[in-house]
Amino acid sequence: MNTSYVRFTKEMKGSYTLLVPNMLPYHFKLLMQVLKNDGYSVDLLTTQGPQIAQTGLKYVHNDTCYPAILVIGQFIDAIQSGKYDPHKVALMYFQTGGGCRASNYVSLLRKALEKAGYPYVPVIALSLSGIEHHPGLKLTVPLLHRAVYCFFYGDLLLTLVNQCKPYELQRGSAEALAGRFTRQLAESMEKDGVSFKKTKAKCAEMIRAFAALPMDRSRDTVQVGVVGEIYVKYSPLGNNNLEQFLVDNGAEVTFPGLMGFILYCVYNMSMDYRLYRRGRVMHCFADFAYRFITTKQEVINDLIRKEGTFRPSESFDRTIELIQSYMGQGCKMGEGWLLPAEMLELADSGVKNIVCTQPFGCLPNHICGKGMMKPIKDRNPDVNIVAVDYDASASHVNQENRIKLMLANARSAKRAAAVSEEGRGA
Amino acid sequence: MGYCLGIDIGSTTVKFVLLKDGERVYEVYERHFSQVREKTAELLEEVGKITGKKEFLVALSGSAGMGVAEAAQIPFVQEVYATGEVVRALEPDASCAIELGGEDAKIIFFEGGLEERMNGSCAGGTGAFIDQMATLLNLSVEELDQLSQRCERIYPIASRCGVFAKTDIQPLLNQGARKEDIAASIYQAVVNQTIAGLAQGRRIRGKVLFLGGPLYYCTGLRQRFQETLGLDDEHAIFPEYARFCVALGAAMYARESGAYANANELIRRIRSAVSTVRDNRLPPLFQNNEEYRAFSERHAKAVVPKQKIAAYEGGAYLGIDCGSTTTKLALISEDCELLYTYYAPNQGNPIEIVREQLLEIYGQCGSRIKILGSAVTGYGEELIQNAFRVGRGVVETIAHYTAAAYFKPDVDFILDIGGQDIKCFRIKNHAIDSIFLNEACSSGCGSFLETFAKSMDYSIADFAKKGLFAKAPVNLGSRCTVFMNSSVKQSQKEGATVEDISAGLSISVIKNALYKVIRAGSAEELGKNVVVQGGTFYNDAVLRAFEMELNCEVVRPDIAGLMGAFGAALYAKKHPAATLLPLTELRAFTHKSVSAVCRGCTNHCHLTVNTFGDGRKFISGNQCERALGIKKTEGESIDLYEYKRGLLAALPRGEGGRRGRIGFPLALGMYELLPLWTGIFTALGFEVVVSKPSTRETYEKGQFTIPSDTACYPAKLMHGHIEELLEEGVPCIFYPCLTYNIDEHQSDNHYNCPVVAYYAELLQGNVEELKKVKFFYPYLNLDSPKELARELLGKLNEFFGGGFTKAEVREAVKQGFAAYDRYMEAIRQKGREALAQARRQHKRIMILSGRPYHIDPEICHGIDKLANSLGFAVVSEDSVCDLAGPGAPVKVLNQWTYHARLYRAANYAAQHKDTELVQMVSFGCGVDAITTDEVRAILESSGKYYTQLKIDEITNLGAVRIRLRSLLGALEERESVE
Repeated sequence: MNTSYVRFTKEMKGSYTLLVPNMLPYHFKLLMQVLKNDGYSVDLLTTQGPQIAQTGLKYVHNDTCYPAILVIGQFIDAIQSGKYDPHKVALMYFQTGGGCRASNYVSLLRKALEKAGYPYVPVIALSLSGIEHHPGLKLTVPLLHRAVYCFFYGDLLLTLVNQCKPYELQRGSAEALAGRFTRQLAESMEKDGVSFKKTKAKCAEMIRAFAALPMDRSRDTVQVGVVGEIYVKYSPLGNNNLEQFLVDNGAEVTFPGLMGFILYCVYNMSMDYRLYRRGRVMHCFADFAYRFITTKQEVINDLIRKEGTFRPSESFDRTIELIQSYMGQGCKMGEGWLLPAEMLELADSGVKNIVCTQPFGCLPNHICGKGMMKPIKDRNPDVNIVAVDYDASASHVNQENRIKLMLANARSAKRAAAVSEEGRGA
Repeated sequence: MGYCLGIDIGSTTVKFVLLKDGERVYEVYERHFSQVREKTAELLEEVGKITGKKEFLVALSGSAGMGVAEAAQIPFVQEVYATGEVVRALEPDASCAIELGGEDAKIIFFEGGLEERMNGSCAGGTGAFIDQMATLLNLSVEELDQLSQRCERIYPIASRCGVFAKTDIQPLLNQGARKEDIAASIYQAVVNQTIAGLAQGRRIRGKVLFLGGPLYYCTGLRQRFQETLGLDDEHAIFPEYARFCVALGAAMYARESGAYANANELIRRIRSAVSTVRDNRLPPLFQNNEEYRAFSERHAKAVVPKQKIAAYEGGAYLGIDCGSTTTKLALISEDCELLYTYYAPNQGNPIEIVREQLLEIYGQCGSRIKILGSAVTGYGEELIQNAFRVGRGVVETIAHYTAAAYFKPDVDFILDIGGQDIKCFRIKNHAIDSIFLNEACSSGCGSFLETFAKSMDYSIADFAKKGLFAKAPVNLGSRCTVFMNSSVKQSQKEGATVEDISAGLSISVIKNALYKVIRAGSAEELGKNVVVQGGTFYNDAVLRAFEMELNCEVVRPDIAGLMGAFGAALYAKKHPAATLLPLTELRAFTHKSVSAVCRGCTNHCHLTVNTFGDGRKFISGNQCERALGIKKTEGESIDLYEYKRGLLAALPRGEGGRRGRIGFPLALGMYELLPLWTGIFTALGFEVVVSKPSTRETYEKGQFTIPSDTACYPAKLMHGHIEELLEEGVPCIFYPCLTYNIDEHQSDNHYNCPVVAYYAELLQGNVEELKKVKFFYPYLNLDSPKELARELLGKLNEFFGGGFTKAEVREAVKQGFAAYDRYMEAIRQKGREALAQARRQHKRIMILSGRPYHIDPEICHGIDKLANSLGFAVVSEDSVCDLAGPGAPVKVLNQWTYHARLYRAANYAAQHKDTELVQMVSFGCGVDAITTDEVRAILESSGKYYTQLKIDEITNLGAVRIRLRSLLGALEERESVE
């Protein structure tokens, strides 16, 4: 590996702006606030528009995966926008490690920066499989602790907002409420510190607040889940505002939470030990982290159940149990086994209609996405999956047309179910 | 009950069905030439003549209908869903329906769980594809269909997408294959695409319905489907409403959930249904007429002096450029003045065209002008050189450089966009420094613009002119034709004019060349003196787009399209040889071509044998010398690929082993690890059955079960190997999951790529027949023999129900690793011998690099032999990588075993003057998007050429040959300068 990278030094900490590409609005806004409170100057990039992909295509090999083209395009587009002093910015983003080519984003980004004339801009890639040495960035335990809570809150907000959106009487009320909570949460984490007791109370408050929004639950919707490569699955820039498109077409959307992905990464560390006897120390840490997260997640899920308006996600243990008979858990590149596991999890919780998103030509998805659709459908004939490829030049018409087919089938299945229900009633 | 109207607006046609009390009273099927709203409104007027002012129920469907429906607020029904409804109502016992449309292909399975599928975004085996191919053959679709019914043989044509298929068809045409056979082969490609791209593991059987326009009109296509799927007339149904199925479905949907409106009201709504989304637009090419005038005047300066042939007396030199789609000739005087030029499509018969032209030239020259030298370049170089005894053959790159240097002696960058190819060369010290050629998948060049113009009912010249003054050119991105089609569709929906689309296409051609082929970021990277050429640059919009994109001024010669021929003529002048067939012989010249199959080896190359009047023969289509009757003498060619194949074939198989037979599919990761696994399993008492090296048939055998049509060809071949093993009747098949490969301690990590690592999971999930045998695909770790033995012991006992002892497995693993080490050592040893031998014989050395599985003859298509025949000694990356001295640190994460070797091999090439590296890249290999740039950087850092060969299922080596000859030409040119 190239070791002569530009470091983010201690001096840069306060004076440089850390640019971070947005992937999941709630999670990332919270996280930004936490970083700000820790003395970093940060800016979440929420820019949109075709110039981002165009910039990416200019500086990255065009056959590279779409998320890399977008993220790098967004960074360089931001630097070139004139909004920042190129000598006063650093770039920070999250990447997966492992055998997928996505682990190369940092190298690609550096190459692109060099090509665009900004070789001096520091790049920090955060990953669960370790990061490079940047003296200016200290991932302290309190910081990480707060970050974990950002994800709990973010996942909860994601669930609540998605389950409100199609029914709200006042369009945008759920988003507005989520925005208010995001600001509040960050402040209170700073002021009061984090503890699970407080989090529990806060979560309960959030659930109640969302349940109290004026809603018309009788609206005719179909349940649609979204799985896929992590960036195009969540990022509106990556999936052409998929969530909005689905909601506009009368769907209630479910996104399996980000914590699932983190648990998947953590779980894989144990698997590496169990399968190959690699990484004994990490294995102990991983087991601890897994238990820590899943226990807390269950508590929050219980709160949702108790309140009664909303449907919580399944426990991760259940997700793992579901995939066992389909695929080996050693398959861990990219989203690996998590992808089909999330499809099964959705189906298991009653969400039978699924959009499987992936960047065009995504390698792990040949196996875990498209490759697993047949066995899943063989054994769950009522599951209705559509695979959609995202790419700089893939047209929206093509994508939307395929999603509409899935929705039409979803509706006809719902009608058929209603008819047979009536028949049984009579 | 009154009228119900269903409208289906597809990518190329509009279909209407009007029902009255369930009866079809009016139906129409017309091409809309992208004028979607106008055409729909026009047809609605016809409907109005029937319905008058009466209101009726209406619904819209179709891919181009989605936007219209939204803007005009008409209920929309998705087209596949609509088809499903029709079939369920009219053919309740159908088990499957296949519908081919203009750009979409759909399949619906009714039996065993309803399943509806559409082609992915990278699949062109549809109506638009057939149209494109007909254009290429210069036929109407009807003529194509008629020809196809008289076919005698089927050629393998890539079925992935239109551009690929074109690359296969063009050389067939140039070699003189019968159009009847090509027509049928095109249909077969569509059928294969449907099966491979859509069925994805589900067998098409039972009562099958064939729907959509192409299947309604093309009898030949129907025959191919019926034959391939083995359906008799009772099971293959071609209903009379095939063309109208979606419209009919929309009408039926209208009856249930349509909206009421009358014809006039609908016409008004559709006419005004222009959505005003214009965010994805680009600045105009010219702001005003003055700008255009200044631009034209500037470019009018780059001219070659002309001389009337009738007035000239003296010596002359002839250049011929026999390209893939066009043939060009140029005759120049002693002072390099142009005496005669010719430019025309070769219409699949370049020999006849050249013959006519030579007669014409001889006629005009009379006795005043004597042709002192001649040279030929381009795809047809060898054929034409042999046919007419042309003095010199010159590789395209050199011809183009020679011509460009005439206009600008200090040229440092040449971009040539021709009918099918994009060629770019960077010049340093008057020698070609690096070469970029487009890949088969991005051939969005001249012929692409032309096909598009035609599809919109314009001539290319008119179409291009329209773009010049477009107010807001659409942004179409920089990908392949198939993507482009849907992007255009989208922009039409958003109300883009033909002008905007024309300009947008010109800009996209440039972006494609700049960012995809050259990978340039700015003008400075190209150089100061840029010459652009090729027929496509006659198009002012393309030229302007290039200058705008790079913000610089370039030279476009007035003979932009003739530069190859002009360059060849200049070359002939430099290297005169008066050998050209004289007039008397030319008059008597005849030519016949027959196709044949070479039986020299198992490759079975399809040959075209050209016989000329005087008995001379020229054979093409061969991958090696054997077809030419040249006996290969052992020890003469240096080919590590052949050696590796031989080693693998000679591995002991443990015949008659006590534990029975176990099958190994020889594909992907199995290639390199075969010695390890055969070593282990034979030691355990198994008889190992290895599938044979792949052929085209292997692919076809397995294509039914491929779930992802964008996976690489090596992965797709795996399915055929599994089928083969199943046919062999083995009770058990082994292909392990290997996250990590062997650790050679040369990289940051030692992963396999995701496809190699986990393909077994995909096989288990998608190959139905695999459930009938035992499929053993444990997750294993090759880090150490001890670890492997521990895991294998557990997995073996679990899988086979016990019986394996610890000692036994340990010993077997030990033997396996020993066999693997012997294999790798043998390769390294042979590599050293090859290098020494090549150096003794003063041969150029080529490190033909790829992955271990690239030695498969169907994957590398005999490129190793081709390189041999060009005079290279061929070694593999794994045979020399350990000889490389330390290089500069790799700038990317070096974490895959196979790729680490690649970087080291590149370092070896960079460190040795007599060694070149050529990288084979399988189409769809995501990892190589990262390695290619890196390998290029390593090579170029020490002034080496980088040559990349993108390979897929295409068997034609024409493009590969040109790349390798360009490399050779550049090397020779550089050496002569030095």
